Amino acid sequence: MTQRLIREVFASAFDNVYLRKLDDASVVGLRKGRYAMTTDSFVVDPIFFPGGDIGKLAVCGTVNDLASCAAEPRYLSASFVIEEGLPFDVLESVVSSMAQEARQQRVLIITGDTKVVPRGKADKLFINTTGIGLVHKTLEASMIRPGDKILINGPVAQHGVSVLAARQEFEGRESLKSDCKSLWPIVKLLLQEHVDVRFMRDPTRGGVSAAANEIAQSSGFSLVLAEQDIPVTASCKSFCEILGLEPLDIANEGKMLFFMGEKDAYRALRILKSVPSCRRASVIGDVLPERTGKVYLRTAAGGSRILGMPVAEALPRIC
Amino acid sequence: MKYVDDFREAEVCLAMARRINAAAADRSYRIMEVCGTHTAAIRRFGIPAMLSSRIRLISGPGCPVCVTSDAYLRNAFRMAADKNVTIATYPDMLRVPAGGISLQDLKAKGADVRAVNSALEVLEIARGSKDRMVVFLAVGFETTAPATGILVQRAYREKIKNVKVYSAHKTIPPALMSLGKDRALCLDGFLLPGHVSVVIGVEGYRRLMRSLRLPAVITGFEPLDILSAIGIIVDAARHRKVVLENGYGRVVSPGGNPKAKALLKEVFTSKDSLWRGLGVIPGSGLFLRKPYDSLDARRVFGLKEEAGYQAQGSGCRCAGVLTGKIEPVACRHFGKQCTPQRPLGPCMVSREGTCRAFFETL
Repeated sequence: MTQRLIREVFASAFDNVYLRKLDDASVVGLRKGRYAMTTDSFVVDPIFFPGGDIGKLAVCGTVNDLASCAAEPRYLSASFVIEEGLPFDVLESVVSSMAQEARQQRVLIITGDTKVVPRGKADKLFINTTGIGLVHKTLEASMIRPGDKILINGPVAQHGVSVLAARQEFEGRESLKSDCKSLWPIVKLLLQEHVDVRFMRDPTRGGVSAAANEIAQSSGFSLVLAEQDIPVTASCKSFCEILGLEPLDIANEGKMLFFMGEKDAYRALRILKSVPSCRRASVIGDVLPERTGKVYLRTAAGGSRILGMPVAEALPRIC
Repeated sequence: MKYVDDFREAEVCLAMARRINAAAADRSYRIMEVCGTHTAAIRRFGIPAMLSSRIRLISGPGCPVCVTSDAYLRNAFRMAADKNVTIATYPDMLRVPAGGISLQDLKAKGADVRAVNSALEVLEIARGSKDRMVVFLAVGFETTAPATGILVQRAYREKIKNVKVYSAHKTIPPALMSLGKDRALCLDGFLLPGHVSVVIGVEGYRRLMRSLRLPAVITGFEPLDILSAIGIIVDAARHRKVVLENGYGRVVSPGGNPKAKALLKEVFTSKDSLWRGLGVIPGSGLFLRKPYDSLDARRVFGLKEEAGYQAQGSGCRCAGVLTGKIEPVACRHFGKQCTPQRPLGPCMVSREGTCRAFFETL
């Protein structure tokens, strides 16, 4: 059964010279340089949501972790834990969206594994992907300087809101699409244009609040974000308002926070805005000279407060 | 979002704040917001940063799980430990600690504790487990009490024998009376809770405010709502005028919600009730009246709440926070041993809790 699965579903969908051999391990040659490696497990519930599915997410998530280190994704591994009884066409559709995303990003899935567990021992489908990528530029939080600008490539909170709405079968959930998207293309574009990016972080779990707090702490500098300038789509905003959620705390899967000097920031903004998916890119904040590692939010209403680390309970199984 | 964004416009809010700051140039003003949702909104929108330090916004006892006494919790824990009892309550209650444990801890050890979002879910639970006693821990103010009222009526009429209600419902006006008379607080006015007012209306405060002689404004939850209410209170206090205004006219009517009020009257009777921090407040508790008192868990389980009882040893200062005597940061556990993930006291549990609101924005 597993043999058939591997041959008919995985090997044919992800087909490449390494995988075709069906060896215990794939042997690849890497050109000289520095490489980044990352791994992530995906347990999102439900496995299909507006704007994506667990397969696309499993590729994008790992590609984006590499991209945030300015690493060009090269090879992926993919492991599947499948609950017995998962319909074949469901698996096929997930695998084909993985294959499609990998092809688009020119990343090869060169090794993998499949385990089927008894009904009830896993929930439908879990996927782990590990990625390896060539580092184009060394980035560290310690390179962030006071006066640097903070950019984001589009509206926040779309992924978390989409999954939550799909899970609760919320009316109007179709308009709440996930932003699930590979970020290497836009990172590559900025690097090619010689934008001097100092640091990047994809604000996934815990959203912009968590990412900003982590960066403030690791760089030592305080940050200030302007709520007015942080893009949120109208439908996301309404959804969050009704449920009492803070958009800044909610997960993204196709967003990047960029840190760079002021001049570069406005040039990067122009470049990003020329990309259709980043039309709503925006400069959302500054790095302050004070060395307390806090994040301040200038509220849209004209006030100011600390933007804290989101409290953990929020949403399980979002990715 | 149109009717929301209009109430959040920075220019309008800041102009309003400047007007308040100018009016408050003579002395400092102490204004209490009694509602937990106001506390959260004030912090979320960053309102303190817009106002001069002369305007002191003091958080009151407006979070339902926060004011619930340790004695009540101890009784709840005792019932939860009974193998034939299922406890149902609102999610926040699960995490409220007393004496180092919470319902969530008991649940992890095997007690049957269910989180419900609506009181009526209790009926479903009771129908699904006929051999067990299902006790609803009914907490909250005039806002959640009507839902408990419906539950009680339905269980009584449909003769569902295994539903019991342990009511800790409280009413706001008696608490306002107690706080308003507290000389140590020396309040200049109250921001009156929006949701409670939907039920009791402007009328619900009339008698109370006449005897307290303090300015009070029923307020919504948008920054402009809150700022304009503060403006009215400062103006009135400055000229020593007593006002009772409805600043939330888009949802609060003068007479409140007659259906909900009738239901409360039908199902509950007012008695003295024990509040954390505030002690026993006369006539502030809603208890089941005849014939519904056959559903009262107090009767069935012989429960008593001793006023003096306090869980020992945690060093939590929630009592001071709830009465506006201290700010959360004055507690040595705040943000250290006591965080929303591991709350030591109830004010760190709920979104409406003052400590949690401070923790998230400080």
